[in-house]
Amino acid sequence: MSSKRKSASRSKPKIGVFKFASCDGCQLSLLDAEDELLGVVGAVDIAYFPEASRTMLKGPYDIGLVEGSITTHHDAERIQEVRRKCKTLITIGACATAGGIQALRNWKDVDEFVRAVYASPQFISTLKLSTPIAEHVPVDFELRGCPINKYQLIELITATLAGRKPNVPTYSVCIECKRKANVCIAVARGIACLGPVTQAGCGGLCPSFDRGCYGCYGPMETPNTASLTSQFRILGQSDDQISRSFRSFNAWSWQFRRASEECERT
Amino acid sequence: MTGTRTIKVDTLARVEGEGALYIKMAGERVADVKFRIYEPPRMFEAFMRGRHFSEAPDITARICGICPIAYQMSAVHAMERALGLKIDPAVRLLRRLFYCGEWIESHALHVYMLHAPDFLGYQDVIAMAKDHGEVVQKALRLKKIGNHIVQMLGGREIHPISAAVGGFHKTPSKYQLREMVSDLEWALEASLEAVRWTSTLQFPDFEQDYEFVALRHPDQYPFNEGRLVSNRGLDIDAAEYEDRFAEVHVKHSNALHSVLRGRGSYLVGPLARFNLNFDKLPEVARKAATDAGLKPPVKNLFRSITVRAVELVFACAEALRVIAEYEPPPSPRVEAPNRAGVGQAITEAPRGILYHRYAIDENGLIVTAKIVPPTSQNQKRIEDDLREYAAQLAAWPLEEATWKCEQAVRCYDPCISCATHFLKVVIERE
Repeated sequence: MSSKRKSASRSKPKIGVFKFASCDGCQLSLLDAEDELLGVVGAVDIAYFPEASRTMLKGPYDIGLVEGSITTHHDAERIQEVRRKCKTLITIGACATAGGIQALRNWKDVDEFVRAVYASPQFISTLKLSTPIAEHVPVDFELRGCPINKYQLIELITATLAGRKPNVPTYSVCIECKRKANVCIAVARGIACLGPVTQAGCGGLCPSFDRGCYGCYGPMETPNTASLTSQFRILGQSDDQISRSFRSFNAWSWQFRRASEECERT
Repeated sequence: MTGTRTIKVDTLARVEGEGALYIKMAGERVADVKFRIYEPPRMFEAFMRGRHFSEAPDITARICGICPIAYQMSAVHAMERALGLKIDPAVRLLRRLFYCGEWIESHALHVYMLHAPDFLGYQDVIAMAKDHGEVVQKALRLKKIGNHIVQMLGGREIHPISAAVGGFHKTPSKYQLREMVSDLEWALEASLEAVRWTSTLQFPDFEQDYEFVALRHPDQYPFNEGRLVSNRGLDIDAAEYEDRFAEVHVKHSNALHSVLRGRGSYLVGPLARFNLNFDKLPEVARKAATDAGLKPPVKNLFRSITVRAVELVFACAEALRVIAEYEPPPSPRVEAPNRAGVGQAITEAPRGILYHRYAIDENGLIVTAKIVPPTSQNQKRIEDDLREYAAQLAAWPLEEATWKCEQAVRCYDPCISCATHFLKVVIERE
């Protein structure tokens, strides 16, 4: 590891940005860091970032940022190649870390769709499941969020280059609400809120806008989904509604997946 | 020049999403053109079935990280039509402001960071920044101001969280909006400069006889309302959209091509809006356009960069107007009780019209969903343009011809992430 870092420090570290099934929003976060962008590109060599540049340098890359989930055979092979080319592989966003909203297909029969629709289903290369990157290759760090928080991304790049642990908390959105002195909408107003089981990172955004958290940062480190499910029932939510709440942008994360399937069973 | 040559771009850069370009030339004749979208399908329309109507703005936003507001706006308007809801005039104003933010952010990104490098011969904005630092700094500030509007109204730039069927989850105070005035005044000046600056670029001589399609509103430059019109007599309500437009499945692409039935390809986006709604632009934008030598109909695709800059002027001026007029609504949103119904809506995404249709049942759950994004609509037109344009470049060195063809595609600001969710439209026909 130390020799790797040494070689990286001699010239500017090379960054590659790779896209799989996604909306492009997480990689756009890099371009949305208007105040930091020119600083970041001054410190690194953007070697592969098709959304921003025609220059596409071959690897290896010091840092690979991977957006999107794996949904095709071709992509399942491509991620292997991307892994081989990247010293440090970081997945960014809910698609790459939990399969994304397109993982809702995982509860349906995709093969049947394709057979029913296409005269030549062999041309359609779609896997049954939309899966996170870590189900295919080892991942060095998973940055959560739909979309990611651009400041967390910059912190992560900075920490990786400095060889230190990134400061990305794994506690719940509740902590962020407390820090903002938000009145708890779940307690005070009886609004169903996924904040208690969702990882921080958004800044307690939805409760600040008078609505319940919908879990776009995925499960926190040790979520008590069973307890929250009971609480949602007390608030008068149907099991169908509760299942849908867990089943959105991070539906295939195992904690939320288990919680939604438990609601279906009851 | 004789013999066969192939222009091939395996990964088209500086567009949102993943696409490839393939042009086969036989001498000076273009034998084949394929603008191929290989981005994997995500099947939104299929998995939205069974979800509640209130979830549509949050879910469809995830089709595109670059224009999430367009998806939210088409979704809420379609649902409000299905439910028979009337929204507060103040909410209508705020939605225009919301869209202004997205147009400013998206157009600033495209004009300066994705498209200008083509005209100036740079691989990307990073290389361009070394020689044109001041221009890039201004571009970033302009983009940031657009993002700031979105953030103010929606909490964050990408996938904002405040849009709701019936209104917003929370509406801002007058004071919060007024805070943005000085930034927007600067942005208006910067946009006027963008019009002047882009008009000095070199434009290839490439005019086509397009059918332009855009919304037209009786009083205003269009965002969320109006009839769908064209320069060849189209004049319809959103509910008639599927009677007049059809999708064709082509093998080489994971997105469907949209055509006007019986007529073929058409063009949506800034050029179409400008040509069909020039009279609805505020004076400051009309004057900037005229001074830059733009007069409708603009038929040169490459001039769309300046037209986008004119729309930046409009969006800044419109944002300032909305902020001056705004009084908070009595309630952030009207109640939206469950009810069965069907609703369609078309709104103007930065890249052109975005069509949504939903059928919902008596429990408010989605039965069917259909979404036609702007890039799918432009896709056939892109291929038609390349067929013409590549022929003009037959004598050019291959590398330069390739770059020029890429530049032509980028004039459309194609958003491939949007276009691919399309496969599911086919699925819907089962």
